Amino acid sequence: MIKVENLTKRYAGQTAIRDLNFEVGQGEIMGFLGPNGAGKTTTMRILAGFMPATSGRASIAGFDVFEQSLQARSRLGYMSENVPLYNDMRVTEYLDYRAALKGVPHRRVAERVGDVKELCGLREVERKLIGALSKGYRQRVGLADALVNEPELLILDEPTIGLDPNQIRQVRELIKNLGRQHTILLSTHILPEVEMTCSRVIIIHKGRIEACDTPDNLLGQIRQAGGVVVEAKTGKDDGAEELKKISGVREVTTDQDDDWKIFSLRVESGLDVREEIFRLAAARKWTLRELSQRRATLEDVFVEITHSDQTEMPT
Amino acid sequence: MRKFYTLLAREVRGYFHSPIGYIVVVFFLLVTGVNYYFQISFMNQRPASYSVQEAFFNNVFFWLPFILIFPLITMRLFAEEFKLGTIEPLMTAPVRDLQVVLAKFVGALVFYIALWLPTLLYFAIFQKITQQPAANSAGAYCGSYLMVLLLGMFYLSVGCLASVLTKNQIVAAIISFCAITLLFFLGLIQYILLDVSGGMRDWLGYVSAIEHMATYSRGIIDTRPVVLYLSMTALMLALTYQAFQSRKWRL
Repeated sequence: MIKVENLTKRYAGQTAIRDLNFEVGQGEIMGFLGPNGAGKTTTMRILAGFMPATSGRASIAGFDVFEQSLQARSRLGYMSENVPLYNDMRVTEYLDYRAALKGVPHRRVAERVGDVKELCGLREVERKLIGALSKGYRQRVGLADALVNEPELLILDEPTIGLDPNQIRQVRELIKNLGRQHTILLSTHILPEVEMTCSRVIIIHKGRIEACDTPDNLLGQIRQAGGVVVEAKTGKDDGAEELKKISGVREVTTDQDDDWKIFSLRVESGLDVREEIFRLAAARKWTLRELSQRRATLEDVFVEITHSDQTEMPT
Repeated sequence: MRKFYTLLAREVRGYFHSPIGYIVVVFFLLVTGVNYYFQISFMNQRPASYSVQEAFFNNVFFWLPFILIFPLITMRLFAEEFKLGTIEPLMTAPVRDLQVVLAKFVGALVFYIALWLPTLLYFAIFQKITQQPAANSAGAYCGSYLMVLLLGMFYLSVGCLASVLTKNQIVAAIISFCAITLLFFLGLIQYILLDVSGGMRDWLGYVSAIEHMATYSRGIIDTRPVVLYLSMTALMLALTYQAFQSRKWRL
């Protein structure tokens, strides 16, 4: 659906993205992650035909986003980061206007606009001026706008930014449902959201793609694949020494909480050492208060990729 | 074509959704109304060799508001979209740059024409009250309103160009005000500087809006100003189109 080859964009004096290569297949929900200023918005704007790339090619459904911009744009629903809207229009009026602009056939406009208003929960504000809407509703108007022409591809630049937790949950559900009929490219800072909704993830940092895989594979790849937290009274034993001897344990750090010692164990990925820890504790007569496995999250992947990179890369 | 009408409808509605539209209408009709009243009462005092309609279109109370309205009408066209960021959803929809530029220009023109329509009432009221025509011909009416339209197209296109150059509406208004004033004063130079040569004087006469209006409001339809204003409008719109496209490379 999306094909990006060697895409590079330079602004005066700086490179926003360099040599991006990726593909998004039909029906995929692709998460697009990266720190602020990594080049996410730039990439999405190029794909949406809003600005041209300096070099490289990008195509949507086989149409080059620059050479065949109109065809590419008519297959696209784009929601930009701050959702700029005409404040002097009413919600229904705006959506009617956008539907006509995007070439929805005349007799279908009312039906489509009704559908997206229903879908995005805009019924109760449909007659309000957009300028009078709260941030959450503006966001939904932006989303409704992106959906109104039933595009094959949705490009959503931080669709949940500025929403409250309930709204974020609603939008997440909405995106998940949309993913059944649409291809979606979605950028966000909320990583649990990506873990829950996206079939694949691209992590971009300083204009380069650092990782591109399914969330599960990414979790498997990282060095700090997870760990175990043990809280115990170890009596005379040091605790850390004994725990380190268990095979698969790489590193143990100790914290003190009154009499209790809190050990954080770094374990090789794919291993579960909790049973052995329990046996050890039983044998040494330690009192256990907590023994839990901490799953690695995308946040760990994100931090590892974007942080380690910061120290390695010369600026 | 449907997309053009959709864009055009939004532009025209935009004028009536914003206070600026109403301010311009009130200001313009107030000043032209007062102007009309002055002309009639002035002509009442002594015999005059010209008609009410000629007087109405050829005096400083006509030209002053006339020049002022163009920056007010055009300043928001592009600058507002750039400022609000609405240019992004607009240009990521499948519309051509040319459609957007033309829709904005024609939208401004529609508003401008709507602004002038009520002034026709002045003449109708005059005729109703005095029970006699304002001593002029249909040709003179056509001439003056045709010149209003031609000058309007040209100055509106200058305003379009000013608005596409900046995201600040005030800056756009200042640029177009200065440009239109300068163009207008070109035609005045021949009255102010007495030592300009004959050829220069002729040339300044060709581009003088005041002279054009004087001729047209007498009902003499000269084709030279038609060519001048239509071609200048086309040039300004072409420049606007180029400047609008260049935003992609300046980002």
